[in-house]
Amino acid sequence: MLGYVLRRLLYAVPILIGVNLITFLLFFVVNSPDDMARMQIGVKRATPEAIERWKVDRGYDKPMFVNNAQAGTARLTETLFYDKSLRMFALEFGRADDGRDIAREILDRMAPSLAIALPTFILSLFLSISFALLLVFFRATYLDFWGVVLCVAMMSVSSLFYIIGGQWLVSKLWALVPISGYTSGLDAFRFLVLPVLISVLAGLGSSARWYRTIFLEEISKDYVRTARAKGLSEITVLFRHVLRNALIPVLTGVVVVIPLLFMGSLLVESFFAIPGLGSYTIDAINAQDFAVVRAMVFIGSVLYIIGLILTDLSYTLVDPRVRLE
Amino acid sequence: MHFQPVLLWTDLLLFVLVACALLMALHVRRHEPLRAAWRKVGQRPVGMAAATVLLAFVVIGMLDSLHYRPLLPAVEGRADSAPVYGSEVLSVLDTVLAPLRLNNEKTYSAPFARTLYQRETVELAEGGQARIHPPLQYGGVHLQPDEPVAPDVARQLIAAVGQAVLVLMLLFALVSIGVARTQGRGLRHAAADILAGRSTLAWRAALISAGLVALLISAAITLAPLYHVLGTDKVGQDVLYLSLKSVRTALVIGTITTLVMLPFAVALGIAAGYLGGWVDDAIQYLYTVLNAIPGVLLIAAAVLMMQVVIDTNPHWFETAAERSDARLLALCFILGITSWTGLCRLLRGETLKLRELEYVQAARAFGASTPTILRRHILPNVMHIVLIALVMDFSGLVLAEAVLSYVGIGVDPTTISFGTMINMARAELAREPMVWWSLSAAFAFMFVLVLAANLFADVVRDAFDPRRG
Repeated sequence: MLGYVLRRLLYAVPILIGVNLITFLLFFVVNSPDDMARMQIGVKRATPEAIERWKVDRGYDKPMFVNNAQAGTARLTETLFYDKSLRMFALEFGRADDGRDIAREILDRMAPSLAIALPTFILSLFLSISFALLLVFFRATYLDFWGVVLCVAMMSVSSLFYIIGGQWLVSKLWALVPISGYTSGLDAFRFLVLPVLISVLAGLGSSARWYRTIFLEEISKDYVRTARAKGLSEITVLFRHVLRNALIPVLTGVVVVIPLLFMGSLLVESFFAIPGLGSYTIDAINAQDFAVVRAMVFIGSVLYIIGLILTDLSYTLVDPRVRLE
Repeated sequence: MHFQPVLLWTDLLLFVLVACALLMALHVRRHEPLRAAWRKVGQRPVGMAAATVLLAFVVIGMLDSLHYRPLLPAVEGRADSAPVYGSEVLSVLDTVLAPLRLNNEKTYSAPFARTLYQRETVELAEGGQARIHPPLQYGGVHLQPDEPVAPDVARQLIAAVGQAVLVLMLLFALVSIGVARTQGRGLRHAAADILAGRSTLAWRAALISAGLVALLISAAITLAPLYHVLGTDKVGQDVLYLSLKSVRTALVIGTITTLVMLPFAVALGIAAGYLGGWVDDAIQYLYTVLNAIPGVLLIAAAVLMMQVVIDTNPHWFETAAERSDARLLALCFILGITSWTGLCRLLRGETLKLRELEYVQAARAFGASTPTILRRHILPNVMHIVLIALVMDFSGLVLAEAVLSYVGIGVDPTTISFGTMINMARAELAREPMVWWSLSAAFAFMFVLVLAANLFADVVRDAFDPRRG
């Protein structure tokens, strides 16, 4: 078991190096730092001195891969690639354009992101599995048919509509909760309840339909027929047999996103002015703060790989047939 | 010539796509199994209805893809000089919708309104000032000053219903003749079958949705030149015009994205599955790496970089339309790069299964070369996965465009799309009084398009996925 985890962790290293190379290529080779400086300063005001100052301020004034002005290992370490790319492995992300330390900022913003993402995740998992089970229980009836129609209709609505419409209805028309904002502590509840509900609602259609297909595939198998023939009630069959066996395909989709919950949600956080990582990313995109975007790309990939490993491990927990050797 | 045709890159790709669809239709006609699968799609009323609605959207999008630059009037006294074409790139749809495009008001006005939405201070003719809702320049000017709007709209609508019924009758007659010819049992039988929903293909559902589409179109044709049917936005543009123009952007994002990534996904997926070994390892490594980067962030990073490239090279583009088109195409490529991994993995898995089947083994035993086996035996048998991916991805991409444009990493702000419409209107619900029509129009058009695409995709998947026989 431990050996397997270690091997998987080792396998993650080349993937992270690949991610790192791609981001480096995207941010430094497609466009030279000079181009970025010109764009940030504004094409009209971009004098060579201003560009140079911009690059020095952000540490972009070093050569790309090899620094011939230095000697020894400094030839490799005093370069953009080492500074901006390799240092990320040590979780050193440098400073954002406003001068703050990115790593510090990320730590501070994780809590609000999780405060939205975790309840959303649990609630939507529970609701969509319950709804899917309900549809499967009433399969091939009108309830099932209209339930699926409802799911498809809910999938077809833009997530922007859920957010804008929900804010307008609940916060403006009914004035139940504040439109946006955030505080720490228990008081945060009234700021969190609407974004959580809206995110759950926005994802319900597609996930409920997805779980329904999984359950239906499971329910047509022979062991289910045997269980029914034994005289078990439909409810027992659904919960004891179908649900437990369907957990395996459900896990593939679910476990991998758990670490990514730390990243927060871009849209919801920016609409509700939650100071989490999602709104941090959006602000960075809008301000074209490349350092922050690069840091988020790296963290996102790390979390995704952790999710992959967790998925494999979770199989051993739910499926005794799977042995990790 | 009164105009100079302009072929934008996305136009070209859309035409290529249409040509592919036509070639595929010919191919399907000759192959019985494929024809049977498509017949299954046609037998489902949902499939036919969704296809009809999608067809209407496609027609709008294609009309909007025939671009040209109009000839500018010759300067006096220089009649012999070379013709000069305007820098504004128009489409056939723009010409058809010329009244909507050109009749801009000053600012917001509600649907069917005759005055602006906000009060303004105006100088009165007899001196002094007053705070009134100023009358619109174009909306409802054919009416007498005090005439109410509703009776006139009702009158126009009756005429529109009449036209729609005529169109529907014509379509019904055409379909009946077609069905009668295939059945060979006479026109009356065919018509009765269609009305009772007994025809082989679900023509009744198609005709009902075609009738609804015809009703909406004829209502728009009669009412839109007289009123701003869906109101006007902040700068006074007609919202109906903006919504119709958004359709093309949505179609481009939804189809071209899959089209541009298709060659990579198919080639790499099949190669990984069939060849195995280090090729498989390399390809798997490639898509795991791309998958590991969160999609939105990869898109954001790539769009930011592309923005720099486009901004630093303004001389590449002759007109503003070409620049925003380049950005649209680049967005398609970027979305394609982030979304091909899923299809590639599916194809790899299917190829792994296929290569062990007897007929592939037999082909290998006969000494068929690897390229021949891939082309003749593997590729045709994974095409259903490609088709399903194409239709399933469409709706997700249309929705993604709106979100990305909202975040600021989508299409060029000058490109009319559902995302830019929503982005412009995002603060309007918070206004007092509230401006609801541009948001509602964008969401409603998007909902109909995506719903039709989702329903159609489901029917296609049911028909082509062997596991769902």
